[in-house]
Amino acid sequence: MTTTRTVISRNTDLSQQEYKWGFTTDVEEDVAPKGLNEGVVRLISSKKGEPEWMLEWRLRAYRHWLTLKREEPTWAMIHHPPIDFDDIHYYAAPKTKDGPKSMEEVDPEMLKAFDKLGIPLAEREKLAGVAVDAIFDSVSVATTYQKALEKHGVIFCPISEAIRNHPELVRKYLGSVVPYSDNFYATLNSAVFSDGSFIYVPKGVRCPMELMTYFRINFADSGQFERTLIIADEGSYVSYLEGCTAPVRKTSQLHAAVVELIALDDAQIKYSTLQNWYPGDKEGKGGVYNFVTKRGKAQGRNSKISWTQVETGSAITWKYPSVILQGDNSVGEFYSVALVNNHQQADTGTKMTHIGKNTRSTIVAKGISAGHGESTYRGQVKIMPTATGAKNFTQCDSLLIGDKSAAHTMPYIEVRNSTARMEHEASTSKISDEQLFYVMQRGISNEDAHHMIVKGFCKSVFAELPFEFAVEAANLLKVSLEGAVA
Amino acid sequence: MAEPMLVIRDLHVKVADTEILKGLSLSIGKGEVHAIMGPNGSGKSTLVNVLAGKPEYVVTSGAITFEGKNVLPMTVDQRAREGIFLAFQYPVELPGVSAWQFMKTALDSIREQRGEEPMDYRVFDKMWRQKIKDVGIDQELVKRSVNEGFSGGEKKRSEMLQMMVLDPKLALMDETDSGLDIDALKSVADVVNKRRGPEKAVLVVTHYQRLLNYIVPDFVHILIDGRIVRSGGAGLALEVEEKGYDWVREAMATA
Ligand SMILES: Nc1ncnc2c1ncn2[C@@H]1O[C@H](COP(=O)(O)OP(=O)(O)OP(=O)(O)O)[C@@H](O)[C@H]1O
Ligand SMILES: [Mg+2]
Repeated sequence: MTTTRTVISRNTDLSQQEYKWGFTTDVEEDVAPKGLNEGVVRLISSKKGEPEWMLEWRLRAYRHWLTLKREEPTWAMIHHPPIDFDDIHYYAAPKTKDGPKSMEEVDPEMLKAFDKLGIPLAEREKLAGVAVDAIFDSVSVATTYQKALEKHGVIFCPISEAIRNHPELVRKYLGSVVPYSDNFYATLNSAVFSDGSFIYVPKGVRCPMELMTYFRINFADSGQFERTLIIADEGSYVSYLEGCTAPVRKTSQLHAAVVELIALDDAQIKYSTLQNWYPGDKEGKGGVYNFVTKRGKAQGRNSKISWTQVETGSAITWKYPSVILQGDNSVGEFYSVALVNNHQQADTGTKMTHIGKNTRSTIVAKGISAGHGESTYRGQVKIMPTATGAKNFTQCDSLLIGDKSAAHTMPYIEVRNSTARMEHEASTSKISDEQLFYVMQRGISNEDAHHMIVKGFCKSVFAELPFEFAVEAANLLKVSLEGAVA
Repeated sequence: MAEPMLVIRDLHVKVADTEILKGLSLSIGKGEVHAIMGPNGSGKSTLVNVLAGKPEYVVTSGAITFEGKNVLPMTVDQRAREGIFLAFQYPVELPGVSAWQFMKTALDSIREQRGEEPMDYRVFDKMWRQKIKDVGIDQELVKRSVNEGFSGGEKKRSEMLQMMVLDPKLALMDETDSGLDIDALKSVADVVNKRRGPEKAVLVVTHYQRLLNYIVPDFVHILIDGRIVRSGGAGLALEVEEKGYDWVREAMATA
């Protein structure tokens, strides 16, 4: 369960032809040269020891990406300078040399945040990106849990490992929900994805633990093009938690992940995310751009896919975890809290596509904007002609803090079956002076009063998180709101 | 006379450029119960809100001290932690905030001020259940978000529960009796009477003598047009009930 470390040097096993793009002369260097071309795609595949079919797939994606002429989608309500796709390293071994050498070099703000969030000491160095080789406790913990999973036949490993060890599963499902041609960033990811998680839960197995709880450190840096694939076979159940509340240091600015979920007959997948990547400084400089494609296919009858996310980090969040409700009676859920402060921007929401009969979807989206933060809810509910008896409930609420923040709500609804029942609620509110006076009159500080009211606002979403993460999420809100209260 | 707890001297208060309190003086001693009566709009709520530190009320002159400390520079939460509690005339709703969490956080903030550790949650929970019984509030009600969808009377009872949990030195009660049925009224009075003691003080704002049958005040003050125009014992309330405020105004004019 440790991250794979690969060193690229001149002594690679690449052909002379690929060599011509060259690698930096430093033998210690573990980063591919900047820019993307076929050679880089081949290099990545070869570094990971991938089979031919995988390389072919990456190359198809790469060639498709070329046809997109490097033009990113522009429909989202986000603003950023154009991204120079030639100025990015598309391959870096997890151990990058520009990380801090010791805790003394780590941003003191980050260390303070670790304290406030109660991150265990053993985890801090790794999260801060300190180049440590010491193997700490969680690895042995991980091994213990790995054994328990094996007993149930659950496969949980880095996707790079799954490609080598479980090619039949990966070949069958990779790209089956998010095809490589899906959108600009998904295409880019398909060509160059670094690593990520792979989960397969066999028929009838209820996964005995929250996955990721014990593994988060080891997966903390899967690189900037993360790829995750989760398959729940018939009648199985799995709950997966991605990310952690610590302000994870990322060495690169652009992140474009793809997550695919597949639930077969009577299977359930619960996917929870806490995202707290670097949001940039108070002026918004230097934060992570997070462009994610997350989609689940509730493929089987009575299957269920549930997304819960708490997004407080990144300078830009562009993310729409979606569900294709294909099986009859299948269920799709989306519970979201997106908090923006200072100059953060978030354009997030979901897409529920109802295909099967009696399919049901629930959307609860809570947006909190503070400082100059700007958040947009963008949702689409589509009822196809085949989806007789489909139902959707959508609730989007925005909470504004201060008078410089903004919130937008953009729900799109397309109904092509007259039996569908749709319910939509929306609200925008501010924390009122009356509420603050009331809470503070009980002895609670201004900052804690804000936190309490915001937490109350998010309650219905936090209720969907596994318990210990609900606690972390609440702490995270508190830290993220700091400075928003005058 | 009891040792003074709260002393207000010649207080002038403006809201949105209108002077509401026009030279109000009042002293409340430890262990005392005071009642304030007065016509609508005379400034009763303004007075208790100023004491609690509500931001839009501007003190233009005068002084307020609580246990010898100058209250005016203190923030709302500092005053509360010093031991001033306001039972609101119109308590607001806090969607998604549980009463339990609200009171635990509040109590821990107050304890922190006194240099005490946060209360163990089991100890708190036990105390919480006991107070719920004491106040006679419905168990199901306190499981909902604070004040959300509560009836007028339920909100008032919830204020009393909070007062019991936080156990302030000075309780300011703004028309806690308004809108209460007779049983609820008795139980509110019961809560206040149980709290009576040498270290506690209460200021009740009310329109009705009725409440004062149950909470017998040591002093009654009549507030008209931003000033206390008459003070007396419990009997004054009866007189007002009988004769109305015009009687007080007339008495003032002839004085
Ligand atoms: N925030 C405010 N802005 C403007 N005027 C205010 C404000 N608060 C109070 N006032 C005015 O101050 C005066 C006194 O109000 P206050 O609420 O103190 O009266 P009260 O004695 O409590 O009346 P009631 O018996 O109706 O509760 C009223 O004329 C009221 O309109
Ligand atoms: Mg009033």
